[in-house]
Amino acid sequence: MPVQVETHARLDDAVRACAQSANARFFGGGTLLMRAVNEGDQSFDRIIRCSDPVLREIRMDGNAISIGAGVTMLEVMENRDTAFLAPVARIVGGPAVRSAATIGGNLYADLPYGEMTTALLALGATIRFAGDAQGVSIDDFLRDRASRRNRVVQSISIPRVGDAANFRFVKVTRVKPKGAALMSIAAYLNRSSGSGGIRVAYGNMGPMPVRALAVERALEGASLDERGIARALEVATEGLEPPTDAFASSWYRREVAPVHLKRLLLGSGRA
Amino acid sequence: MAKKPVQFHLNGEEKAAFVDDGQNLLELLRRGVGDLTPKYGCGQGTCGACTVMIDGKPHLSCITLAETVGGRKVETVGGLGHAGGLHPLQEAFMRNFAAQCGYCTPGMLMAAKALLDRNPRPTREEVVEAISGNICRCTGYEAIINSVLEAAGGQGAMAGRG
Amino acid sequence: MPIEFRKEFFADERDDNLNEIGKPTQRQDMIGHVTGRSPFYDDHLFDGLLHIRCVRSPHHHARIRSIDVSQAERMPGVKRVILGKDVPHNLNTLLSLLDFGLDDEPLIAEKKVSYKGEPVAAIVADSERAARDAVAKVRVDWEVLPHVLDVEEAIKPNAPVVNETYPKNLFIYHNKYDHQKLRYGDVEAAFREADHIVEGRYQMSPIEQAPTETCGAIAAPENNNRFVCYTSTQALFFSLGTAAKLLELPSNRMHFIGGTVGGGFGGKVDSLHEPLAILGVILTGRPCKYMFDRAEEMQVGAPRGAERWYIKDGVMNDGRIIARQFTGYFDSGAYTRLSSYAIIKGVGHLPGPYTIPNVHANVYCVFTNRTPATAMRGFGITGVDFSIEAHMDKVAETVGMDPIELRILNSYRDGDMKAHRRLAKNTALVECCQVAAEKAKWRISDEARRQTSLMGGGGERAKLPAHTVTDELGRVEGFSSGSYAAKTSSQPNLAPAAASVSRPVQSQYQPEQYRPSSPASTETPRTPNPAPAPLAAPVPQPASQDNGARRPMRFSSISGLRRR
Repeated sequence: MPVQVETHARLDDAVRACAQSANARFFGGGTLLMRAVNEGDQSFDRIIRCSDPVLREIRMDGNAISIGAGVTMLEVMENRDTAFLAPVARIVGGPAVRSAATIGGNLYADLPYGEMTTALLALGATIRFAGDAQGVSIDDFLRDRASRRNRVVQSISIPRVGDAANFRFVKVTRVKPKGAALMSIAAYLNRSSGSGGIRVAYGNMGPMPVRALAVERALEGASLDERGIARALEVATEGLEPPTDAFASSWYRREVAPVHLKRLLLGSGRA
Repeated sequence: MAKKPVQFHLNGEEKAAFVDDGQNLLELLRRGVGDLTPKYGCGQGTCGACTVMIDGKPHLSCITLAETVGGRKVETVGGLGHAGGLHPLQEAFMRNFAAQCGYCTPGMLMAAKALLDRNPRPTREEVVEAISGNICRCTGYEAIINSVLEAAGGQGAMAGRG
Repeated sequence: MPIEFRKEFFADERDDNLNEIGKPTQRQDMIGHVTGRSPFYDDHLFDGLLHIRCVRSPHHHARIRSIDVSQAERMPGVKRVILGKDVPHNLNTLLSLLDFGLDDEPLIAEKKVSYKGEPVAAIVADSERAARDAVAKVRVDWEVLPHVLDVEEAIKPNAPVVNETYPKNLFIYHNKYDHQKLRYGDVEAAFREADHIVEGRYQMSPIEQAPTETCGAIAAPENNNRFVCYTSTQALFFSLGTAAKLLELPSNRMHFIGGTVGGGFGGKVDSLHEPLAILGVILTGRPCKYMFDRAEEMQVGAPRGAERWYIKDGVMNDGRIIARQFTGYFDSGAYTRLSSYAIIKGVGHLPGPYTIPNVHANVYCVFTNRTPATAMRGFGITGVDFSIEAHMDKVAETVGMDPIELRILNSYRDGDMKAHRRLAKNTALVECCQVAAEKAKWRISDEARRQTSLMGGGGERAKLPAHTVTDELGRVEGFSSGSYAAKTSSQPNLAPAAASVSRPVQSQYQPEQYRPSSPASTETPRTPNPAPAPLAAPVPQPASQDNGARRPMRFSSISGLRRR
């Protein structure tokens, strides 16, 4: 069936249009959705676009930064308030992908994509749907992402990272500078905030970005040196089921995860 | 199927065409307005052969919804230069034998132009990064990188290079 | 990086006063490339262009119980659904144009599929999206069959039969053997004399050529009673001949235009697109484009095939290799394409660039339920060279010798007899080893540095072995080359049961004066095709008793008939 595209100037109208049809998809930057259109994906026949400027806003909100779902990776890189996320945005696709791909769209990216979502998971982001002021934690969002396909994300809220050294990210690829990730690791090491201030997330180590809870526990109160992180490396893949795909086997991913985690935590990681 | 009118600037000229819902920009350029310079390589946004510039930024035309370029400025190799008056990038590509089969070349040139328009004196790493979304299966990357650096440095920079 | 010339080598064999060679010359197509104006096949616009997309097997191996296209035919924009029965001569093997091998592959499968992605129907529609939407509406009733994906599993007695033309899943060489043989000297005797036996197993996976421009063709009616076909083929006349055969059209009815290829690397010789695009034109009267998308290019586009090699060497304590035995398996995938030829080429290359007095090889072209393999840069050589060089390192380790010096010691020299029974000339492995060692700052002995390819060859090393052991292992009966290229109309051609029956083209569109080249008499499969075309009807004849022995010898390195 041919695809219908409708464009709404107001976010409310776009949300209503999406809610009306199970066969509708919301259009972010198009880098994932247009591929599906090109390949004749039969699972949707309606595309809802929205030109509301609210989706393109980046604003400070107390100790948090709210990033509109329609903000592109290029805009994340160029905005001073999101500068600490630039190392993540910079490894999403090539330059031509980054001028279209949005942070909201990345939340729905399937393997092997979705590095930004891995970073947002480590940062403990809050996902706000349009018309829903409350928002859900990114952990909850990812838990039932599939059922939220036709809901419209308005913005993503993350804490302001004061000391850039507290947020670390690595994407492991076979091809440099651009290649699909074998895995990505994001760590938010906000140790001054006491218990719960450490969050570590993996991309491509499961069907979607996943927290490394055992690593987080092992790093609680530990110093970031060889001895301090030893326990965290031991449990680097505890509770994970890494996939086997064209890029790497599950076995390989398990073997190299502690190596990359170590480099990341000791600050010797090569981006 | 519903047709939508789209009016845009292509290489400085006004263009208008009707597009199908869901049609991508690559199809609009090639079949809609007859600019055959951007190429289809994957339809997935992974090869870069269809790279064009929209409002000065590099975009992959195969995963750009055609109707979104309404009122915007699109640049392709079609407007870059012609046999009688080549752009410095094209001249540098020729001098350095930076094309073998030639299929990735239009996308490479536009990715390079997007870089040089914003950053006229890039480092080698910046050039590598700028073309990182463009695949050359004949593996002529070194010649391409040298060409972009040479074009950035003006004609003088080529002296001494093989 | 500038090219480094090492002109100190072989200076007297070379004339360095050349006007073009060694000097850069601009490519004639460069201006087209940098201006984006080089005419690739998809850069030809046609009004009313239709798009062809195939319905493909999701299974490695399955029988087609039935295909229901009724819903697809009613989809908006659909102009025609093409099935195997619409292909005039729906059975081919690429190298039949060179009189090599039996027809074994349909353009569109009718009874069963033997690899994932094999086409079973083609939709012709007025947009690509309409074609894709209709493909999704075709219902195929599959009977899934057991499949085999490994070469050595495929040749076990109870393995599933992948390719009915070759029921043992092995290509038949020279109508006689289920493998290609190389026999030179007596390896078993030499193994008994050797100080060491060194064995190894090596394999490589299929490699997709992955050209940036995907394979495809656009065909259109031409006003002079011909069809024009713009194609990405790397083998224009090959594709023309293949289209002529499959469509039963004289080749002068088709005007092929190619030459500008967006990367090929060997992957654009299989001629799958041209015949189907032209058939689309015949059946609809409109220009048709058939183009792989990226996923098809990767899954269905034929790769360099997988290979597995077993090598056994007899080695003396001083590092001399006195015997080398190969057992090789080429994974041809479901159909022959070019793997049979790759083996001929590869076996001619054995035992690599070394002079070894006793060489033995059995190399099998095996059918599995994987994507059919085809050409890619040096195919037939690359995989076995990887194996040989990995094995040379193993030999060096076994005898405790420097790996580069071991290569220089065993290297062929000018004047040596090779296992394919030609004298080696213009050899340069010794010099390559020396320069590689120098570049890698790898120390080799003065003795190794003093060697040259011009020293030590010939003499005793120019002689054929005093005795070569032969055998009848793998002998088969009942195969005979079904000669497509040779005009054998004086002989009775018995069509095998497996061969397709040629049928008239069900054409809605007939260009002026167009008549199918094979009249409607073709319902009788046992009648030789009386086509007036220079290319006679392809009639393979595996059951014939005539093994071709009475035919005159012709120059053909492929069928091994080249006279010395």
